[in-house]
Amino acid sequence: MTGWRHFFAILPDCILVLLGGAVTTIEITLGGLLVALILGLVIALLRRSSFRAVTALAVAYVEVFRCVPVLTQLFVIYFGLGQIGLRLSPLPAAIIGFGLNGAAYLAEIYRSGIESVPRGQSEAGSSIGMTKHQTMVWIILPQAIRVSLPPIGNYGVGLLKDSSIAVAIAAPEITFDATNLINQTYLSTQIYLLMALLYIGMSLPLSHLVRRLERRSRRGVRA
Amino acid sequence: MAVTTSQGGKEDLSTGLPLVRMSGVCKDFGPLRVLDSINLDVARGEKISLIGPSGSGKTTLLRCINHLEQPTAGHVYVDGKLFGERQVDGRYLPLRDSEMARMRSTIGMVFQSFNLFPHLTVLQNIGLGPLKVLRQPRREVEAVSAELLAKVGLGDKRDAFPEQLSGGQRQRVAIARALAMQPRLMLFDEATSALDPELVGEVLNVMRQLALEGMTMIIVTHEMGFAEEISDRVVFMDKGAIVEIGDPKTLFHQPQNARTQSFLSAVLQKKPFQ
Amino acid sequence: MTPTTLPQYVATWLPELIAAAGNTLRMAIFAFLVAICLGLILALTRLSGRPILAGIAAFYVEIIRGAPALALLFLIYFGLPSLGLVLPAFLAAVVGLGMNGGAYVSEIYRAGISAVDRGQREAAQTIGMTSGQTMRYVILPQAVRIVLPPIGNYAIGLLKDTSVASLIGASELTLRARDLSSEYFMPMQIYILSGAIYFIMAAPLSAGVRYLERRLRQGR
Repeated sequence: MTGWRHFFAILPDCILVLLGGAVTTIEITLGGLLVALILGLVIALLRRSSFRAVTALAVAYVEVFRCVPVLTQLFVIYFGLGQIGLRLSPLPAAIIGFGLNGAAYLAEIYRSGIESVPRGQSEAGSSIGMTKHQTMVWIILPQAIRVSLPPIGNYGVGLLKDSSIAVAIAAPEITFDATNLINQTYLSTQIYLLMALLYIGMSLPLSHLVRRLERRSRRGVRA
Repeated sequence: MAVTTSQGGKEDLSTGLPLVRMSGVCKDFGPLRVLDSINLDVARGEKISLIGPSGSGKTTLLRCINHLEQPTAGHVYVDGKLFGERQVDGRYLPLRDSEMARMRSTIGMVFQSFNLFPHLTVLQNIGLGPLKVLRQPRREVEAVSAELLAKVGLGDKRDAFPEQLSGGQRQRVAIARALAMQPRLMLFDEATSALDPELVGEVLNVMRQLALEGMTMIIVTHEMGFAEEISDRVVFMDKGAIVEIGDPKTLFHQPQNARTQSFLSAVLQKKPFQ
Repeated sequence: MTPTTLPQYVATWLPELIAAAGNTLRMAIFAFLVAICLGLILALTRLSGRPILAGIAAFYVEIIRGAPALALLFLIYFGLPSLGLVLPAFLAAVVGLGMNGGAYVSEIYRAGISAVDRGQREAAQTIGMTSGQTMRYVILPQAVRIVLPPIGNYAIGLLKDTSVASLIGASELTLRARDLSSEYFMPMQIYILSGAIYFIMAAPLSAGVRYLERRLRQGR
């Protein structure tokens, strides 16, 4: 048990190192989320296109990115693109990877959100003379987005945890820094525990926030 | 609040004990007092209708009898025995789950929303209680269930699922399900309120038949005509209290209490004094 | 014969990758079984009304779900040995993914059970059923139909999550792909090929879940 005494001696330094990793974790999470939010909306709207080829493409995108592990996708982007000359550094690669993957999930979340808006709403829109486009932008989407907020929140919290996978492409996030620390100190149990606690400390409050959001939106307004 | 009674409660002449006695029953939901000091005796074989505006507490009163709602104060006695609690050295303690279940099996309840088990056939719905709670042998259960089903007029629907039935049919199955446990008392919580008008009659017919056979029934209803026809006594409730009790003819046509009068004139749309 | 054209490369890699995919499937199936059993125990414990046990179960679920599955895998594979318990990578992955999945699945069960109409419980009570009988004969049979699609989606996610077991050296598809990449220096082709194999395993499941959702919505 001398390991524990040593560990508590260097604990503050470990925490500092992991907090540095946490910054990268947050960068990956927010960056990936941003890409996914935008790209996902594009795909969700493309899916509603009247051209069958466009719809098919959107459906295929979602299916492919949801049936292949994120880790594989990260490898393709980081190592695969590197092979053909497009060498990305780990952080951008991670953001792009999680962004492309997330877009597939968010596209489905948007889709449910849009479909959950009662048909009467779009009928009301056309009866006051709005075009389909205007109805979507001013009536449907605002309601769809309100409904989608809790699932998006849940996805975001999940992404925070999934960012740990980026250790495989050497992104300097929490898990990567933890692994380095262990290589230096050999205190694997202690440091991985600390790492887990850090993730838990970041994700639990966010989960609670999302749950509160869920409860509030369920109380919502139906007119 | 004075209670107006035009006829004292009937008591069972053979044993002198009411089948149901509610004594000082109160129910609070948070700061809201939904039932206020209810005292009510129901004799064996008696039919009692509970009427009143929504929010008057009639459904809560019914649900306190079989302790689907636990009274905040007061006690319920069924067949002379304390129901839903046990008394230990003068203190009242809650019952264990299995004891409560056993007590509840002697009271049948029919719900406004039927609450049939969608994953079971009609026959299985009726037989689930006798099979799993009373542990009767399967063949016997099936035979009795089929009889009950025929009795409510749905003998040909044994293997149907609830979703294939109309509202009136579902409610009749629900009544058969409650009867399968051979209850001493049947509670009806707005049994026809959720039904399309043309389906109400078939359910009321079954209830009539039950009444003729001597079942003790406590009925929460909005069907005033039916209440008048079938009841031995009618209870009018408002704001959590019993305002007036009486025999149907008197209560419906010569209500003594002003609030009873205004409720009835609003509901029946005719002057109570004719 | 050393491969020179892409089809020849693929022909060389495919048998190894497919064999490794078998390991992926085995890992996923074992972890799935652990998760659905553990999840049921956790969910019923939390709903049991016994405060201490329910609290422990709730604590477990919150904590495990708060950390990435990878962290759990690392703790089990790298951390436990210092406490004397050494698990081979495959087993560590099954245990880790199972423990993580159990927490996740228990929430699915809890949601499914509460989605069953409250009136069902009351109806069961009025025919004299105990809580246990109510759960067994009335609530759970209905909850099963509700939870099937989310459990199906969990299974698909689990199949993909087995890929992180490669990071503790467990022998599965992604690890094999990594090894081949470092041998042939053609990560693009190899990882796309492994991705395709994952797709072939997961896509039918995904279609199956969608079909199930549609059938259940038209519902019995």
